[in-house]
Amino acid sequence: MEKRVTFDGKLLPYALLLPQLLVTIIFFYWPAIQAVYQSFLIQDAFGLSTQFVWFENYTLLFSKPEYFHSLLTTLVFSSVVAFLSLSISLLLAVQADKHIKFASGYKTLLIWPYAVAPAVAGVLWLFMFQPSLGLVSQAIRTLGFEWNPLLDGNHAMALVVMAATWKQISYNFLFFLAGLQSIPKSVIEASAIDGASPLRRFWTITFPLLSPTTFYLLVVNIVYVFFDTFGIIDATTGGGPAKATETLVYKVFHDGRLGGDLGGSAAQSVILMVMVIGLTAIQFRFVEKKVQY
Amino acid sequence: MNNVQLRQVGKVYAGGVEAVRAISIDIPDGKFCVLVGPSGCGKSTLLRMVAGLETISSGEIVIGDRRVNDLDPSERDIAMVFQNYALYPHMSVYDNMAYGLRNRRTPKAEIEERVQEAARILEIGHLLDRKPRALSGGQRQRVAMGRAIVRKPRVFLFDEPLSNLDAKLRIQMRVEIKKLQRALGITSIYVTHDQLEAMTLADILVVMNKGKVEQMGPPLTLYERPATTFVAGFIGAPPMNLVPLPEGGLPGLKLAKVPGSGRLTLGIRPEHFELTAPGTGPHALDIDVTVSAIEAVGSETFLYCAVGGNGPEIIVRVAGKSEIEAGATLRAVAEAKNLHFFDDETGVRIAD
Ligand SMILES: Nc1ncnc2c1ncn2[C@@H]1O[C@H](COP(=O)(O)OP(=O)(O)OP(=O)(O)O)[C@@H](O)[C@H]1O
Ligand SMILES: [Mg+2]
Repeated sequence: MEKRVTFDGKLLPYALLLPQLLVTIIFFYWPAIQAVYQSFLIQDAFGLSTQFVWFENYTLLFSKPEYFHSLLTTLVFSSVVAFLSLSISLLLAVQADKHIKFASGYKTLLIWPYAVAPAVAGVLWLFMFQPSLGLVSQAIRTLGFEWNPLLDGNHAMALVVMAATWKQISYNFLFFLAGLQSIPKSVIEASAIDGASPLRRFWTITFPLLSPTTFYLLVVNIVYVFFDTFGIIDATTGGGPAKATETLVYKVFHDGRLGGDLGGSAAQSVILMVMVIGLTAIQFRFVEKKVQY
Repeated sequence: MNNVQLRQVGKVYAGGVEAVRAISIDIPDGKFCVLVGPSGCGKSTLLRMVAGLETISSGEIVIGDRRVNDLDPSERDIAMVFQNYALYPHMSVYDNMAYGLRNRRTPKAEIEERVQEAARILEIGHLLDRKPRALSGGQRQRVAMGRAIVRKPRVFLFDEPLSNLDAKLRIQMRVEIKKLQRALGITSIYVTHDQLEAMTLADILVVMNKGKVEQMGPPLTLYERPATTFVAGFIGAPPMNLVPLPEGGLPGLKLAKVPGSGRLTLGIRPEHFELTAPGTGPHALDIDVTVSAIEAVGSETFLYCAVGGNGPEIIVRVAGKSEIEAGATLRAVAEAKNLHFFDDETGVRIAD
């Protein structure tokens, strides 16, 4: 028999849940509902009158090529960052797992970037890659490569990709390391005896056994790149040059805050919200079913 | 020729633990060698050194005519069955068995043939599509065996392969392993701490203690002439009675002849006693005992007896059922050829 703590009154459990519910309602549901409502309104430029227009903001949005450009930018950005951060952190975790003795110092160093605020990370990378003064820019220039993220869209993209990847590696590393350590040592030893080279051992045993972790991280990383990179982009490129690094989240901010198009901006956030809900749903379904062995 | 030779093999772990000290064992081609000993005596360490999973600190290991000290596990052409089976959880039973062959680029048709053959021998043909998590412990054990035999290696290594099975299945698998090893004729090293498994499986039995070999040889030799009190107390169930003999003799215990001088330990197996009425004799050994407890298991009965009424406890085995009750006083006697004498201090057998 399972032992359970039971509450006598009917009120107490609800009272205990209340703070959590309040936080969720005030900081999530309320703004979400507001955003949905807002996305059905069009405001004139001076904010004097508003009009309820149903889906006009959405149709307007989908008629603009900029929106699809931003969507494409986001997809490129997120897949590159997810791929890089996952593969680099997996590589680091495999190395740490081999020499677990020295791992503690190594781990601490790798975890620090995670504690850095996105905007600060952005500024850090901005300084290093600042075209005229940045340390790294100077180094690149001595190699004979003309580096200028302020003018060249690809360079700007590379810069935000690096900053975003760097920040995400710590988190992935921790999960990969934990995943690696939960693989029984004897299974790896059995495959060594079965004649598999270290590389083959990794691809046929370790990597498949890590797949639940990898899948989880993939979704988390995509969500991260979609939303949490706002600070980095704002601090380094501001979405430029020529909107080369304007991701969907940055566009919400740019159109709403700077462009004054509250309705259009709200419509964009609602679309983003739907995307996250979709990703999370996929994650729950798969983590529970498919990816297990 | 796939004989295995261990020459003065030693292992010191990173922390300075000396797990194995200068062990030399010679296992002829096709023989079954069992390493037995208490927990922590270095059995697994020694086996893992043969497998190549632990480095060899000193000495050398030779398989066939190759010194394998510096070879990777994959190059030693051995197969190992782990205590927890170590099956690949994401692969089907078929793929688990085929994995080692695929790594060695065996042609597909031959893989199919060998896996089917192994599955037939082990009676797991109907399980080939399942994943390990959908198997019972006994079935997993068979798959682990299958993975070892498809490879047709030079040497089989087993690290307590049966210790996770229930008692009945363990006996059944023990018999099967023995038959399989005989049929395939592959040199094997088997680690266990179950002395019954050790006795029944071994061609060569090695009793280890604290990283050293106490005694090795055919199991019955170890049973009949244990070299030390450690071996005497380890082999046989229940083990040999070991009675230290004090200077002036033990009240209630009479020996016709005592070999050598100095303090001795007398050893005698429970099954070598005969019970007579008090006062008969004299025999090579006469002990007056008081029965303190009785264990009847049907085919035999064990009497726990105090020497001379309140001396050291000995166990006497009686075949079948017994009418004797606790509290009875009896005389336990034995023949000279069944008495073993050990030096009380070193535990070493005294030549007879
Ligand atoms: N990786 C290791 N590092 C340091 N010491 C170790 C290591 N592995 C084993 N030892 C030590 O070496 C000794 C022998 O260990 P081993 O595993 O060979 O014993 P065993 O005879 O197999 O015991 P058991 O019957 O419990 O499996 C023990 O004292 C153990 O603590
Ligand atoms: Mg062991």
